[in-house]
Amino acid sequence: MAYAILLHEPGDDVGVAVRDLKKGESVGAITLEGRFVADVKLVDDVALGHKVAMRDLGKDQKVIEYGRAIGGAWRAIQRGAHVHTHNLKTLRWKI
Amino acid sequence: MSAKTRATKPARPATVRPRDLKLTGYRRPDGRFGARNYVLIIPVDDLSNAAAEAVAHNIRGTMALPHPYGRLQFGADLDLTFRTLAGQGRNPNCAAAVVIGIEPIWTDRIVKDIEKTGKPAAGFAIERSGDHKTIEAASRRAKEFVHAASEIRREPFPVKQLTMSAKCGESDTTSGLASNPAVGRAFERLADAGATLIFGETTEVTGAEDILMEQCADKKIAAQFKAAFDDYQNLIQSQGVSLLGSQPTEGNLRGGLTTIEEKALGNIQKAGRCPIVAVLKPAEEPRRPGLSFMDSSSAAAEMVTLCAAAGSVVHFFPTGQGNVIGHPVIPVIKLSANPLTVATMAEHVDVDLTAMLRIEMNLDQAADAALAMLERTINGRLTAAEVLRHNEFVLTKLYRSA
Repeated sequence: MAYAILLHEPGDDVGVAVRDLKKGESVGAITLEGRFVADVKLVDDVALGHKVAMRDLGKDQKVIEYGRAIGGAWRAIQRGAHVHTHNLKTLRWKI
Repeated sequence: MSAKTRATKPARPATVRPRDLKLTGYRRPDGRFGARNYVLIIPVDDLSNAAAEAVAHNIRGTMALPHPYGRLQFGADLDLTFRTLAGQGRNPNCAAAVVIGIEPIWTDRIVKDIEKTGKPAAGFAIERSGDHKTIEAASRRAKEFVHAASEIRREPFPVKQLTMSAKCGESDTTSGLASNPAVGRAFERLADAGATLIFGETTEVTGAEDILMEQCADKKIAAQFKAAFDDYQNLIQSQGVSLLGSQPTEGNLRGGLTTIEEKALGNIQKAGRCPIVAVLKPAEEPRRPGLSFMDSSSAAAEMVTLCAAAGSVVHFFPTGQGNVIGHPVIPVIKLSANPLTVATMAEHVDVDLTAMLRIEMNLDQAADAALAMLERTINGRLTAAEVLRHNEFVLTKLYRSA
């Protein structure tokens, strides 16, 4: 398969790995409708189902998936990096 | 065969239309249709589980629904327990019910609620009889119920007579990308055809609640939805906690979901673009066709039990990481698009949607696959969960007992 990242919306900041991806690999990202969006070079290992940054994201920047904010970056995130609990947190339920 | 001959053969429609589904079921006296034909043995309380299970052991064709509650509950929590227990007997998948309780008053309350559907029900109280006499009397009645139920024949019914539900579990990013939208697309077609549909999971839509409010058919329904949503949020805050640590679950996190907003945006895909026509209390029966939102927990067995109580006869359960839930009263159809889950837990999956991630199956084809399995399941195919004896029957408790 020529692509390995699926996007809900072409402009999303993160896409989903559809297989286990290795650091250093370059893979294509496409939408569910099959529209090519970009090639991304992985800077981390990313497991099946986990998210990959499609662009550099600044600390405290809202992170967009489904065309909506799914949380905020709590440190700078590099394009091609694994995006998960170590660098993304909810904007809800603050106590 | 020449290409020309193939071209003149009638083409299979690219899309399964719900109106074309050939559904058969068991007609009940209230006009509803069941996909299964059970004689249920319902214990009112924890104390009556032993007798109920003994009757189910004695009498072929019966099924007991043991549970740990039913004593010293009060107020809305007690009402919900009554509604949930009676709801299993009222469910069209049930032909007749035997109800066993420690004393006759609450037992009779459940019997009377089931009898309102016109179906036979009989209550037995253990006090002043003991387990042995209760088991004997209840077994004799259950035997008669089974003889009668065994002669009810399946008959065709239209999709507008179908009530069903959906709830996802052990979700991951593949749920939001594939299996939940597949259910959403199937629900859009079923709603267009006049079916009655239930979804819910009140806290699990946190971060997407504004989308559901916009999906409500009118402002009054949107306000009811928001009230149910806020009530749950206030409950969480009243405990001085957040749901972090529970939502997303550890399984969700392992599967790549990071935040509640992300999980919610995936969750609500099951609703498709269906207008929300009503907001239901937990275990409340929908009164109008279309998609209803039920105020409910997101715990799989609790939610499916509430849907069964509300009259759902079959359930779509999309899963990412592989929730294995089933229910004793309603068949639970598992759909998964996660290749690791389908490979390692194949025995739990009814509909394999992994081709969606390979872009070899589009959303409409996935909905076709879901509807085809829905038709087969309603017509009698046992689901993976049914064959594997996954009979998770779990009451929702609103607060402590007295």
